[in-house]
Amino acid sequence: MPGFLELWLQSLPRLLRAAVEVTIPLSLISFAIALVVAVVVALVRLYGPAPLKALAWAYVQVFRGTPLVVQLFIVYFGLPSLGISLDAFPAAVVTLALNTGAYASEAVRASILSLPRGQFEAAQTLNLSRATPFRRVVAPQAMRIVLPPLANDFIDLVKGTSLVFAITLVDLFQVGRQVAGSTFEPMAMYTLVALIYLVMVSLLSLGQNVLEKKVSAHVRS
Amino acid sequence: MSAADLRAADARNPLRLIGIRKTFGDLVALDDVDLEIARGRTTVLLGPSGSGKSTLLRCINLLEKPDAGQIDLGSGPIDVGGRISPRTVREIRSRSTMVFQQFNLFPHLTALGNVTLAPVESLGRSRDEAEALGRELLAKVGLADKADSYPDRLSGGQQQRVAIARALAMDPDFLLFDEPTSALDPELAAEVVAVLAALAQENRTLVVVTHSLAFARRVADRVVFLEGGKVRQDGSPEEFFRSEDERLRRFREVIGSV
Repeated sequence: MPGFLELWLQSLPRLLRAAVEVTIPLSLISFAIALVVAVVVALVRLYGPAPLKALAWAYVQVFRGTPLVVQLFIVYFGLPSLGISLDAFPAAVVTLALNTGAYASEAVRASILSLPRGQFEAAQTLNLSRATPFRRVVAPQAMRIVLPPLANDFIDLVKGTSLVFAITLVDLFQVGRQVAGSTFEPMAMYTLVALIYLVMVSLLSLGQNVLEKKVSAHVRS
Repeated sequence: MSAADLRAADARNPLRLIGIRKTFGDLVALDDVDLEIARGRTTVLLGPSGSGKSTLLRCINLLEKPDAGQIDLGSGPIDVGGRISPRTVREIRSRSTMVFQQFNLFPHLTALGNVTLAPVESLGRSRDEAEALGRELLAKVGLADKADSYPDRLSGGQQQRVAIARALAMDPDFLLFDEPTSALDPELAAEVVAVLAALAQENRTLVVVTHSLAFARRVADRVVFLEGGKVRQDGSPEEFFRSEDERLRRFREVIGSV
């Protein structure tokens, strides 16, 4: 058996464990929060009062305009000096959620803006009130448009979790670094790490396809 | 008086638009228009492009908010020039429903889903009740067999007939049509005109913006001709078609030749 295969088989359990214990939960929890943030921020930017609109705009600017790794450092190493101390995992969740939320809010906003004005007018003339137009008219249609860009953001987030080693978390990438360092096999090791990310992202893409089919049932293929 | 009592009392009175003014930037779309719309009749609004006829129609439903003016639903004028409370907006909108040139069906809902959405969500009907009514209305517009089809699988004429059923499901006092056949080729337009003519026969109140003189001749009880944001002529179809007014003659020639 070639040496690298042996190394792969030996290190795979450790790597998978790190993925299951850190990378995957970190991705899922952060993305769930990011989705809520994205919808709220998009709605505020579209329909909110002016001061809130400005605040939402500033949030998007800041989190899109600065590197993720710098944000991680500020939240984990910087905030304690202001009296806000977070453990590494929650600090990573907060940062990743806010970072992805900023990008995803733009996707959500674009999906709503892309609906024809006639859809809103139809909701008005039918006297749909309060949240009903959003719930029954806008959201189901925007869902179909927002899925591909949201999947992009989710995939970026999964790969972005590889930066959390910088704030002491032992994720998939960090375990890979440790093994690479102790075995002096960086090529074999980082290739395996890359493959595991690729598998995770491919599963996400499959999920995206299933969801897209589901929300496009009304469109003639 | 309850809202229902008010509405019953209103049912005898015409809808009145008083001094409706609407500008888009420098353009005066509606120049203090007064108009009374009788119940149970079909009023056709004609006029060249930019005459303000669509804007006027949309003001009835507050899809366009006038800069100044009043709307009288039958129990006294309501000022619609300033800020209008959401409750008043709902009250005014509850009297009329618009059918659009581009249909504006909800693409993610079936024909029946389109027709039942607002009765359930807006009028508080039960689902069963709304579906029974929805199927009845789809049958009325000749689409009983398309209840479960999505708009994307329907022809333009069929989509517009679903849109008419959707409007009828709100049981409005006034049915508003904004160029309902303009996006359709002649054969499909004929399907829609047949439905409109049948509704007119039932003595419903129709207000129709159109470019079709044939439609005005066939269905209208009254023709209102607008130009430059003002009512230029208001009378019976005979009066409109016989008028020797130079402007009306020219309009009839230009429109009639297409």
